[in-house]
Amino acid sequence: MEKPRSETGLAWQRFTSDRAALAALWVLGALYAAALLADVAAPYSLKDESREHPYCPPTAIHLLAPDGRLIGPHVRGMAMAYDTFRRRVYRATPEVYPLRFFGKGEPYRLLGFLPFDRHLFIVDAPGRVYLLGADSRGRDIFSRILHGARVSLTIGLFGVIISFGIGLLVGGIAGYWGGRVDDVLMRVCEMVMMVPGFYLLLALRAAVPDSLDPLQVYAAIIIILSFIGWAGLARVIRGMCLSLKERDYVLAARTMGLTDMEIIVRHVLPHTISYSLAAVTLAVPGYILGESALSLIGLGIQDPYASWGNMLAEAMSIVRIQFAPWILWPAFFIGITVLSFNVAGDALRDAWDPLLKGRGEST
Amino acid sequence: MLLKLEGLRKSYPGGVTALDDVSLDLMPGEHVSLVGESGCGKTTLARVVMGLVAPDAGRVFFEGREFSSVRARRGMFCRKVRMVFQDPFTSLDPRYSVRAILGEALRLEPRMTRGEELARMRGVLALVRLPPDILARYPHEFSGGERQRIAMARALMSQPSLLILDEALSSLDVLVQQDILSVLEELPRRTGVTYLFIAHNLRAVRRLSRRVAVMRQGRIIECAGRDELFSSPSHPYTQALLKAAFNYEVSV
Ligand SMILES: Nc1ncnc2c1ncn2[C@@H]1O[C@H](COP(=O)(O)OP(=O)(O)OP(=O)(O)O)[C@@H](O)[C@H]1O
Ligand SMILES: [Mg+2]
Repeated sequence: MEKPRSETGLAWQRFTSDRAALAALWVLGALYAAALLADVAAPYSLKDESREHPYCPPTAIHLLAPDGRLIGPHVRGMAMAYDTFRRRVYRATPEVYPLRFFGKGEPYRLLGFLPFDRHLFIVDAPGRVYLLGADSRGRDIFSRILHGARVSLTIGLFGVIISFGIGLLVGGIAGYWGGRVDDVLMRVCEMVMMVPGFYLLLALRAAVPDSLDPLQVYAAIIIILSFIGWAGLARVIRGMCLSLKERDYVLAARTMGLTDMEIIVRHVLPHTISYSLAAVTLAVPGYILGESALSLIGLGIQDPYASWGNMLAEAMSIVRIQFAPWILWPAFFIGITVLSFNVAGDALRDAWDPLLKGRGEST
Repeated sequence: MLLKLEGLRKSYPGGVTALDDVSLDLMPGEHVSLVGESGCGKTTLARVVMGLVAPDAGRVFFEGREFSSVRARRGMFCRKVRMVFQDPFTSLDPRYSVRAILGEALRLEPRMTRGEELARMRGVLALVRLPPDILARYPHEFSGGERQRIAMARALMSQPSLLILDEALSSLDVLVQQDILSVLEELPRRTGVTYLFIAHNLRAVRRLSRRVAVMRQGRIIECAGRDELFSSPSHPYTQALLKAAFNYEVSV
């Protein structure tokens, strides 16, 4: 006999039967795993740079030595020169630098505490491996994308968690108590929502002193972004609470002597969370883009720390993009992250929807 | 006297008077029906009795004790008076298994062991003619009629002496109505429960109740024994209602 399934189980089943959603989930999983293990996966640290390799194009990985022997994956030396138009060009030199997998490189602390010095792949100095090319200071874009992912991907998560917390609280209180409290809270929400987000972002950022260390900037960005984001969620949750508290099963629970708190926890919040999970997933991209925008205009994470936004600051010149299009890679990663969150969020909503159809209110 | 309502009034913001000086007495085993057109205040009355809506005025007595304030009704009253809602698709929280749903109804009961709880659940499921092995299943796996029986089982968990059925048959199709009706017919014999049966279906009213109250625009305009009311209604509105109902049912 088929195992009985809860509503959550069914929604999850529908979610996982959506191919695009699964793909999005895998992409996000891979990105977050890469961010977590950035130190291992990246051949270079944040501080690493190479003056001889500004805007070095992606290095080719060769299997055959210059004389035709098979020697396994390696890269060649790269020598910078200028052509007749005084444009920078790179020529491969005959030196061979084998790729060493799990080789020793710069030391770091794995997950923040374990001293370690192995890297997923690395080449011996003076060779350089630029999987996705280099930026103006010869820094490896691949490594910086991985390190930057820590900032860019977690700001979205923390931001959403904080604003979701505020939104749940404010929306719940407004929806439950109704009356004056509701009026006041909703007017505050509207005021926050009325100001165009980006200007609010700039204004709030201007209110924060410039002389902050990177961690403080990071925290400030999260707080600023959640301050902007909570109002929308609060309104959604308030609306849901308003209708949920009139559901027959909530009334039934009241007639059976459950306390308000028990009812909120058992019969109201679980229902808002299923809806808001989708809303929250769909909200994450806004935070990622917000951080990118701040960092892009120099108000966010500062060099040498990386975020996808501040990496893109270099790409604000059409000439540079023309000669070194690979500096746009961070934009690609922002793009797939935002897309994945949107696909996953949509699928979450669809997964819950069929159960909600045809279950309107009635007395 | 099981339940005594005295001078209940309720108007909603916007000037709708849903209850206008409603008084009603219910003797144990009397099974009073409440009929009346849509919007006359039947659900409001049920909700006021259950403490879901605070009345503007009026008193509520149950088994001789006064329970007029909504707060007072939270304890013993809530155990002994239970309500079954109209729509079985909305009255069961889809998130919880039948077992959890039934278990919730024991909140006000003295503590029981797991074994006792299970025995009680199996008992009420048997009363509504449902097999005991459905406890692990979820509401969406059941048909409307089955759900309404689960809702009835939930209402019976605390061994109430009064069951308020607010159009508990209306959202079900005719055959399922017959089925539930037959369950309802034999419940009082087995549990001693008394009904306040709110309904549109006058045939069901005739089968279940001894006394019928007719409500119109928030007032009870006539309250009489079943046979008396059906054979010789005194109020013109009741005459019209009966005529409409039986003509309609005959013509279908
Ligand atoms: N929450 C509310 N706010 C304002 N007015 C309400 C509210 N609930 C009910 N009413 C009004 O009170 C009156 C009585 O409603 P009630 O639901 O008690 O009627 P009813 O007899 O149960 O009708 P039905 O047979 O359609 O269920 C109606 O006019 C309705 O519009
Ligand atoms: Mg009603």
